[in-house]
Amino acid sequence: MSSIKTRSPVGTEAIAVKGWIMAHRFLILRRVSQAFFLSLFLIGPWFGLWWVKGNLSGSMTLGILPLTDPFITLQSLVAGHWPELTALIGALIVGVTYALIGGRVYCAWVCPINPVTDAAHWLHEKLGMPKGWQPKPRTRYYMLGMVLAVSAATGTIAWEIVNPISMLHRGLIFGMGFAWAFVLGVFVMDFVLARRGWCGHLCPVGAFYGLLGSKSLLRVTADKRAACDDCMDCFAVCPEMHVITPALRGADDDTPLILSPDCTNCGRCIDVCSVDVFRFTHRFDKTPSPGRVRTPSSTSAQKANKAA
Amino acid sequence: MSAAKRTVTPMDRRRFLQDTARGVAGCALAGMGLGWMATSQVRALPAQALRPPGALPEEDFLAACIRCGLCVRDCPYDTLSLAELGVDAPATGTPFFTARDVPCEMCDDIPCVVACPTGALDHGLDRIDDARMGVAVLIDQERCLNALGLRCDVCYRVCPIIDEAITLEQSHNARSGHHAIFMPTVHADKCTGCGKCEKSCVLPGEAAIKVLPHRIALAEAAEHYKLGWEENNPLVDELIDLPDRLPGPGTDNLSSPGGFEPAFKLPGGSGQ
Repeated sequence: MSSIKTRSPVGTEAIAVKGWIMAHRFLILRRVSQAFFLSLFLIGPWFGLWWVKGNLSGSMTLGILPLTDPFITLQSLVAGHWPELTALIGALIVGVTYALIGGRVYCAWVCPINPVTDAAHWLHEKLGMPKGWQPKPRTRYYMLGMVLAVSAATGTIAWEIVNPISMLHRGLIFGMGFAWAFVLGVFVMDFVLARRGWCGHLCPVGAFYGLLGSKSLLRVTADKRAACDDCMDCFAVCPEMHVITPALRGADDDTPLILSPDCTNCGRCIDVCSVDVFRFTHRFDKTPSPGRVRTPSSTSAQKANKAA
Repeated sequence: MSAAKRTVTPMDRRRFLQDTARGVAGCALAGMGLGWMATSQVRALPAQALRPPGALPEEDFLAACIRCGLCVRDCPYDTLSLAELGVDAPATGTPFFTARDVPCEMCDDIPCVVACPTGALDHGLDRIDDARMGVAVLIDQERCLNALGLRCDVCYRVCPIIDEAITLEQSHNARSGHHAIFMPTVHADKCTGCGKCEKSCVLPGEAAIKVLPHRIALAEAAEHYKLGWEENNPLVDELIDLPDRLPGPGTDNLSSPGGFEPAFKLPGGSGQ
């Protein structure tokens, strides 16, 4: 069952083998990326440099590049409004980009709520909280369907009434009001009520982007899975841990690519693996990847994962 | 998820259906809450909050506005702002202005409309004079200085469409008996609702003239009343042609010469 390795803090071995920086490089890059995309919008109101105007719902960069959130555009369409060409082009650019690099790259690398739920998760683990309410994996798709149904029925862009992402991002750029309450709500939920509850189970924006990028080119592969030593650190850091199993635990003829649309391409599994099982690649990567030699300990780990 | 392939048992099916029902029911409940919020937002726009020029009617606006704030950014006078949750009453994140604070300056090139990527501000609006953000109403005629017989005239003077959207209508001042009242009078077919009159009303606090949304300020014309001085009344002028009755013999007009002869005359009466 659990070895010394599985009981030591997550990433200890990777830090020892690769050094702290290399064991956190994608985490650092991700925080830099999140700060970068937020600061693009903030240098206008803060310093008067209007390179990027607007917010994540819709923006105009350098006066020529329109970007629009494709999920909001879709809600607008089902609500019965046919947008001007600017918004449609913007949604197309954003949509095609995420369809290529992975829809949920948005969640891990851009979304301002991600640092909030990551902080909640950090605290949750630090205090050893029980994982609490864990909705079924399909729930986020029910949420997505519900949002589109409400948009159609009420003729409004329904999710924008409560969307914590917009509340936080717009709040930071245009003025917060009491929108922080939505952000606090998500934090408290993920901290106390449900581990990885919001981003990992309920958020319909994530569900939409996941579907959008379900055939994306950029993928993580576990093609050195034969080297896996069952330390379980990748499962511990992965915000969508079920995506790892088919790739890492696959047999010789199963693909080592993590193809689940739920994978956010955050790269944390690459960081924390001391034996470098994982790396970024493209979905057509055919590098031969023998499965692991089955040992009694590996099958028990598989059972433990299934139970979790 | 599970790597191993197993045969489906009735218990699996039962659990799947139960899980599905739980998920769907939970989301449906959340959807009812969201739907309630969405429909109440449409009605929540307060009278004092004005949408930017070219804004679609509120129900259509909330289907079109993505709350990106590009109109706010391109407004050269910082008139517009995005509603903040719990602070401003319009739907959170949607653009609005309050005329008493900062009115619309009615730019000729309407940059807010140009900036709107979705058409929530209708790109068909190309003349700012055609904007209909609301309509000014002289709502407190007991305190308006002009209505009291003084010559303030400020709302009239600042109106960008002076003498068309607001005129001064002269009438007799019954209080003094020998002065005139110059009543500021708004003409809704010309008023854009920019709010410059409301902004500049000299009264402290609330203005005597206020821009209100059309849904509050304007009544619906009664179709069944025909204004005879503006159009022909087909009922009278075309369908029914009653005989013209002129005074004369054979009519019952007693006061006219040659009229109907009374059945009897009073003694000593001199007739008509």
